Amino acid sequence: MSAGTIILSSLRQHALSTWIAAVSLALAAGLLTSIWCIKDQSRAAFENSGAGFDAILAARGSKLQIALNSLFHLDESTGNINWSDYEQIRSNAAVQLAVPFAVGDSYEGYRIVGTLTNFITDVEYRRGQRFEMQSGRVFDQTLREAVVGSFVADRLGLKVGDHFHPAHGVGREAHDHDDEYLVVGILKPSNTPADRAIYIPVEGLQLMSGHDPKTAEQISAVLIKFKANSALVGRQLDNLYNKEGSRLTLVWPIGFVLAQLFERIGWFDRALTLVAGIVALVAIGTILASIYNTMSARRRDIAILRAIGASRSRIVTWIVLEAATIGLIGVVLGLVVHVALMAGAASLLRAQTGVVLNPFEWHPILVVAPISLLALSALAGFAPALKAYCTDVAANLTPLS
Amino acid sequence: MALLEVRNLVKRYRSPDGEEQEVVRVAEFNLNAGEELAIRGESGSGKTTFLQLISGILRADSGSIVLSGEDLTQLSEQERDARRARQIGFIFQSFNLLQAFKTSMNVELPIMLAGGSDRARATALLQRVGLTHRADHFPRQLSSGQQQRVAIARALANKPALVLADEPTGSLDARNATETLKLIREVCRENGAALLLVSHDAATLSEFERVIDFAAINRPQQESATR
Repeated sequence: MSAGTIILSSLRQHALSTWIAAVSLALAAGLLTSIWCIKDQSRAAFENSGAGFDAILAARGSKLQIALNSLFHLDESTGNINWSDYEQIRSNAAVQLAVPFAVGDSYEGYRIVGTLTNFITDVEYRRGQRFEMQSGRVFDQTLREAVVGSFVADRLGLKVGDHFHPAHGVGREAHDHDDEYLVVGILKPSNTPADRAIYIPVEGLQLMSGHDPKTAEQISAVLIKFKANSALVGRQLDNLYNKEGSRLTLVWPIGFVLAQLFERIGWFDRALTLVAGIVALVAIGTILASIYNTMSARRRDIAILRAIGASRSRIVTWIVLEAATIGLIGVVLGLVVHVALMAGAASLLRAQTGVVLNPFEWHPILVVAPISLLALSALAGFAPALKAYCTDVAANLTPLS
Repeated sequence: MALLEVRNLVKRYRSPDGEEQEVVRVAEFNLNAGEELAIRGESGSGKTTFLQLISGILRADSGSIVLSGEDLTQLSEQERDARRARQIGFIFQSFNLLQAFKTSMNVELPIMLAGGSDRARATALLQRVGLTHRADHFPRQLSSGQQQRVAIARALANKPALVLADEPTGSLDARNATETLKLIREVCRENGAALLLVSHDAATLSEFERVIDFAAINRPQQESATR
């Protein structure tokens, strides 16, 4: 027989309050760790989501809006730019790759991007990783053909050989064009926003029935990759387009611009952390209350233990360990809650932005939070332990009436 | 040879309204090793307090309690706890078993508190009191008589030199009382433990050769002082 047996027997006797306290702590621990991990993982994912590009050129407007629209298919385009702007940047000696994007249409809520085949064949979206076809082939630039991102194909059940009518606009106000497109390829999952878009030839989008004829020579943005020394080239182009010009906006560096998104929603992040902190404190309070409330009923047991030779310090130790055990159950369950919350958030974020989170990715908070909560749980045990310490043995050994 | 020697023992209580009242004043009391002694006393006469003083649960206001050659009144509370765990077994009127623990654990617990680990001893004691088949039951699943038998096994767990029994048959019917008393005396004898039993029950007391009246040895001063 060990102290562990005594503690577990005692917890079993108050099983309901033990589980309530442990589950509340698990929710608090899971919430606390997942908020931290979601925040840091999504921030890292967004900041590194330049999709292999160094800069974006688009119509004058908010840099963050341009980045969100061009890279994540979120928000609205800032407007159109001329095809000649694309030609000009493409011919810049410092530019290795320039990819035009034309947006504004959708299918079943998923954005359609008019582009060139080089987006699919030449872009290295991560070091050493290029887009690959899961099935089919890249569209023919001269035909009404489409390549579908893996997530869209999966959600809409699209496969090579299917036909669809793009809709003008995005969202509920979208209405179908007459043009019919043939799915000729499905992309392999890349865990990038490309998974949740449909790619068609840029001319196709420009010349879509019902579009303003003016758009025939226009695109929404150009995604740019520099050859080398991107800092120097970026500064030169930043001067050219942002400071000297007034018609276009160059988004550079992309990661810096995307970081602004997190600065803007920093208040939300702080509020969530505060809520998680409060939940954790409430959970610790629950542990304290759950043991403290049993102390009156346990006075006789404590007196008996003292009468058969248990010292006060031993009983204090047991009660503190009892609180720590509830804490331990809570933080272990908290890891399950953490993975569940992370999986839920990852699924949501992937569906909305294409950014992928890893529910099992290591983060220091996964050690710091459980250890802190465990220590706080043990600390919470000191209040009931003090009550036990002061139990009047003689008075509580009297015969039961 | 004296196992227990009590000299000029005094214990006072203060009531909630501030009155201090002396409940124990025992000039001299001796108990030899392996001896059986019953103390007769009415409810409220201070005999339970006397046992709690001897066991070290309560600290005496003055006097000495020498157990196996060591004066308990000179020890710290923690030292008294340790002596109690090793040298004294306690049997209560209302059994005082721990409800969260199984029968076997109730008997093993004092062994653990004394720093040991002897499951075989606990098993043997349960067998001795006839409750081997109830080892995995919780106290609430046992009858009153069975619960007191578990308490007897618990009291003997550490082979104590002294067993204190406070009205051990007070919550039992006549048949169970007789059997329980017989069992207490037998296991104490088998283990070489002295037995000091207090009771106000004539039938219980009649079983003992040596019975003393608590009123004869306990003479608290009647004056009370309001502070």
